[in-house]
Amino acid sequence: MKLSGAEILVKCLKEHGVDTIFGYPGGVVLPIYDALYDADIRHILTRHEQGAVHAADGYARATGKAGVCLATSGPGATNLVTGLTNAYMDSIPMVAFTGQVATALLGRDSFQEADITGITMPITKHNYLVKDVSELARTIKEAFYIANTGRPGPVLVDLPRDVSAGIIEYQAPGPINLPGYNPIIEPFEEQVVLAANAVNESVRPIIYAGGGVVSSGAHEELLALAEKIKAPVTNTLMGLGGFPGEHPQFLGMLGMHGTKAANFAMCETDLVIAVGARFDDRVTGKLDDFAKDAKIIHIDIDPAEIGKNVGTHFPVIGDVKIALQRLLERIEEKSLTEWLAKCMTWKREYPLAFFNEGGLKPQSIISEINRLTLDKKVRITTEVGQHQMWAAHYYNYNYPRTFISSGGLGTMGYGFPAALGVQAACPDELVIDISGDGSFQMNIQELATAVNYELPVKVAILNNGYLGMVRQWQELFYDKRYSYTELKNPDFVKIAEAYGAVGIRVTTRDEVAPALEEAFAINKPVVLDFVTEREENVYPMVPPGCELKNMLG
Amino acid sequence: MLHTLAVLVENNPGVLARVSGLFSRRGFNIDSLAVGRTDDPTISRMTIVVEGDDQVLEQVRKQLNKLVDVIKIDDISSERHVDRELIIIKVNADTQTRSEIMQIVDIFRAHIVDIGQETLIVEASGDSGKVNGLEEALKPFGIKEVARTGKIAMLRGAKATSLNED
Ligand SMILES: Cc1ncc(C[n+]2csc(CCOP(=O)(O)OP(=O)(O)O)c2C)c(N)n1
Repeated sequence: MKLSGAEILVKCLKEHGVDTIFGYPGGVVLPIYDALYDADIRHILTRHEQGAVHAADGYARATGKAGVCLATSGPGATNLVTGLTNAYMDSIPMVAFTGQVATALLGRDSFQEADITGITMPITKHNYLVKDVSELARTIKEAFYIANTGRPGPVLVDLPRDVSAGIIEYQAPGPINLPGYNPIIEPFEEQVVLAANAVNESVRPIIYAGGGVVSSGAHEELLALAEKIKAPVTNTLMGLGGFPGEHPQFLGMLGMHGTKAANFAMCETDLVIAVGARFDDRVTGKLDDFAKDAKIIHIDIDPAEIGKNVGTHFPVIGDVKIALQRLLERIEEKSLTEWLAKCMTWKREYPLAFFNEGGLKPQSIISEINRLTLDKKVRITTEVGQHQMWAAHYYNYNYPRTFISSGGLGTMGYGFPAALGVQAACPDELVIDISGDGSFQMNIQELATAVNYELPVKVAILNNGYLGMVRQWQELFYDKRYSYTELKNPDFVKIAEAYGAVGIRVTTRDEVAPALEEAFAINKPVVLDFVTEREENVYPMVPPGCELKNMLG
Repeated sequence: MLHTLAVLVENNPGVLARVSGLFSRRGFNIDSLAVGRTDDPTISRMTIVVEGDDQVLEQVRKQLNKLVDVIKIDDISSERHVDRELIIIKVNADTQTRSEIMQIVDIFRAHIVDIGQETLIVEASGDSGKVNGLEEALKPFGIKEVARTGKIAMLRGAKATSLNED
């Protein structure tokens, strides 16, 4: 069977079960777009390539399947850079295809040439420049395999025009042969035994669970572990939803904007059980003081995470789900401990609270969203800033893959296009992007995509007229010198309407619930402009570089 | 402390950029890096000399291992090994100094590989002590140009950094 490179690409995508791709056309990807014209793969045309890559990322976070995006060479390819970095930092499986100038033109600064494999080397798990159409099928197979296995991540495949246009007699690729790529899935027994002994001996254990729990689908094992040893559980931002938010043993998120209960517990524990988490500086605070008196068990699929930031006493390398199963077989049940009781007391004494006087409080809006969606299938995405932290705290994520947020890179403009990817993957669920007025304007053009493809995402803007999180830092650490953080915003309701979406403005507390109910009932994209208190702060907060127990607020 | 790593990589385009980029991005200190193909043309061998304590070295190894093109890494510093570096030096030499230089070349068991009107090119291979020693000894005559390959190294005896060994 003779096929063009572009037809091979479509065929391979189908074989990998890809049903949706997000992309933007251009000169050198025309052969691919032509092949997509008759393919039964849904292509969603975003309005910016950054929208496409974030949408593919959101699709991947919601489904666990690699997200796929496509861009043309040069400016199209470079517009993917932020989204690829974002996916890389949060270990999200993704395969990005970029067009490239024809191989004969490579290296000559040809029109719309950019060395995208060179540019993306540090921000992809691996990347390829395919130089011959006969290599294409094997490369795509490897790309999906690498993106999905081990520690997941983005893989980029750069396709010169003559490769996608070239025609060959198609041959299915043989088995994968990557001698340098051997992810460890099953942990070594000795490591499990040592870790299990440490658990059995500990009196004040705490489970610190990250995104690895979500990506390996280990939430049930995590719950079983926590209940068996009666340990308190704290999640990282990436881990939210990996443990039921309403569980009595849950202490909330830890770190810079963690709860007091979680941070106090971290300071007093004798054993940190780190599960699929990487000791990010936003979590540990001052490294030297992090869990000073504790031994550390670190369960991770990536050996390079062990000892990268903190010394580990008991490493367990392997898939988190399998590692937890092995650990569960070897640990003894603990009866209710004084320690857990103490943690619960902290949780009771230092709840996340807010005062409901004055203007519209952002925290109350999230609480209201929580209350109104208890009985629904909901996915929340966020942008980056104060609203992201409130969305993390005041909503209870009881299921994995329901909280979708940019953790490692902290990318403003992520949440809305990601929400489109999530909605494309989950057409029957309610998808809400909790946004700031600053962040929403970073990819606001994707309103056109939402309307075009009838993706009925709800955007809840917590509009404080500031780049709020930066303003908070200026208030606390720069004498309230609000240098370039005040925003003169457009009328978001009119903007929504201009794009063909629905806009609703909310200025008082009484309007919040009815507006949300109305938005949830409309089967169209809706922009909710919540005009909130302007100078509300996110508390608690550990000032940068301080020990976790030094919390403001 | 300096460590010598023997690294086997797939001979793919860009692999040197991946490895060197990793070092600069993560702030690891490369002292030298030499690369060439092995008896298997699909596989290249890098000898990387890197500076750092045990913890740095552990991260270097683990991060290198994450690269898909990197097949095997051996830290051979603490084992018996042979290491060599090739140096060629162009040194000023007039009729008066020429014989003195030739004596030095003899002592270091180096070779003269080119004679010009006012210069000699000296070639030597050996461990870094010898190579540095030669360079020092020739300095007083005026060195015009130096080229060094960086270190290459191999375990002694039956042990090997190869694909069939573990
Ligand atoms: C692309 C990008 N640029 C800059 C920043 C730095 N930054 C972090 S939070 C923030 C303010 C966000 O403002 P807004 O979206 O209005 O949210 P708020 O904090 O007010 O809830 C900024 C500028 C970032 N995270 N991402």
